[in-house]
Amino acid sequence: MTGSLKRVWEKIDRGAVERVAKLARLELSDDELDEATTRLAGMMAHFADIDALELNDVEPMTQPYELVNVLRDDVPLETLDHDEVLAAAPDTTDGRFGVPPILGLEL
Amino acid sequence: MSRFQSARSIAASVSTGESSSVDVVSQHLARIEEREEEVHAFNLVLRDEALQSAERIDERIAAGEQVGQLAGVPIALKDNLCTRGIPTTCSSNILNGWRPPYDATVVSRLADAGAVFVGKTNLDEFAMGSSTENSAFGPTRNPLDTSRVPGGSSGGSAAAVAAGFSAMSLGSDTGGSIRQPAALCGVVGVKPTYGAVSRLGLIAFASSLDQIGPFTHDVADAALLLECMAGHDPGDSTSIPQPFPSLSESLDRGVAGLRIGRIVDLPSGADADVVASVDRAFEVLADAGADIIDVTIPAFTYGLTAYYLIAPAEASSNLARYDGVRFGSRVEAADTNSMYMATRGEGFGPEVKRRIMLGTYALSAGYYDAYYGKALKVRRLMAQDFATAYESVDALVTPASPSVAFPFGSKTSDPLAMYLCDTYTIPSNLTGHPAMSVPFGAGENGLPIGVQVLAPAMGEPTMFAVAAELERSEGGKHV
Repeated sequence: MTGSLKRVWEKIDRGAVERVAKLARLELSDDELDEATTRLAGMMAHFADIDALELNDVEPMTQPYELVNVLRDDVPLETLDHDEVLAAAPDTTDGRFGVPPILGLEL
Repeated sequence: MSRFQSARSIAASVSTGESSSVDVVSQHLARIEEREEEVHAFNLVLRDEALQSAERIDERIAAGEQVGQLAGVPIALKDNLCTRGIPTTCSSNILNGWRPPYDATVVSRLADAGAVFVGKTNLDEFAMGSSTENSAFGPTRNPLDTSRVPGGSSGGSAAAVAAGFSAMSLGSDTGGSIRQPAALCGVVGVKPTYGAVSRLGLIAFASSLDQIGPFTHDVADAALLLECMAGHDPGDSTSIPQPFPSLSESLDRGVAGLRIGRIVDLPSGADADVVASVDRAFEVLADAGADIIDVTIPAFTYGLTAYYLIAPAEASSNLARYDGVRFGSRVEAADTNSMYMATRGEGFGPEVKRRIMLGTYALSAGYYDAYYGKALKVRRLMAQDFATAYESVDALVTPASPSVAFPFGSKTSDPLAMYLCDTYTIPSNLTGHPAMSVPFGAGENGLPIGVQVLAPAMGEPTMFAVAAELERSEGGKHV
């Protein structure tokens, strides 16, 4: 277990929030960034109530039940209708999804 | 008790030709016509489609066919359930206008049982909220008092049943989104065992917590609807590969000999009128022959924190798919990354952005162990504490919501105050156990109170026996 929530939320500043927004691919306005900075720190402060718990010997639980690999016979099944799927896309080119250029992008 | 006809009674009279499906659907459409402008339960009313379905059902019955257990029953679907060719929005601008290329498994199963879909109901955007005030298309109002919220996120589905717009409806429950609105609207709402109902075609919010479940006028209708949609689906890898237990025999079983737990270290915060109703529920159950046993669930208190780290973490990942490429809206930009950012910045509402930010932060490098990792360990503690409690009891009873329906705007300025609405419902999502809210008594201004019944995984038969007993003591199921 590394760190405590309390130490972590104390470090939440606008710069950290801007980095998270970029990771989340969310364009936020200045007002939204300000709001997110205040809110995120406030929530994390509230969530520090689990800090005091002794959890070193507890196994994390990601699902209500253990997931098992689900297999089926290797036979072709009906797939979604190609035209119906493409009809829902904002842009298509030659029967494919259309996107703006991907080269030259800066992250 | 509801003044509207039960789904069982509708299906019985339509199946025997005593009443026509078209007449039943028309009655519900007339109620929608009368009150929908005021209530706003729906994002979309399927007037023509419903009447056409009803005509086909009447033709099949006239031809001597068996139509199914839900013959002619008008049902409303939460607008995060995929309906082929019919707009499905999640009450978000980012999906406005999207027509799914397939039906959710529950939609196909109910259609096969003879149900008639009357509309797609309003919700908090992507099911994130407890009041339906976060919908991009405006709030739903509580039909019992339109100055108050219907609860959420399945507020439209709860309101549709409470207003008599549909005899039944489907919602989804990630942290209480069926049980809390059911409590606030005075109807029955069930979150089944995780994996009991297929999630294929339910637009994902937090995949390890989400379950689809029914809203109905009474407990017997909820049993019927759940039986019609539960059961293994190879299309959902988390679907339980065993038959769902029958519930109909449980309804008249009573509670004699059942051990029902009272959680003595339950977090405080419920209003006095709610606490009084829960106390009275224990008295009623004891009088009916149940043993009331005190239990402790120390991790209950930490459920809210664990949930508000785990659910946003899963949501931030699930909602990455809304990128303006394959479906939904797009804001044009010079390159792909700018297009993603602009599309998501414009398409998502404030609460969805808040949770994506919270989840992305909790999962980001350096913070993962401190937040998400810790929350997952608390989830394990919760499961262990419940397992220990269920060694000595068969079911548990708690409040469903800490308060009756609250006025619009009273919690919107403070997300944490809104999150507290889920205090008593969240643990069942973390453990995957079933839980339901049944109307039991009234509080402030005569508004309904919901009592929550909880049971271990696949313990629905016991849970329904307890809920039916509480309902009987309040005047019984209606016809």
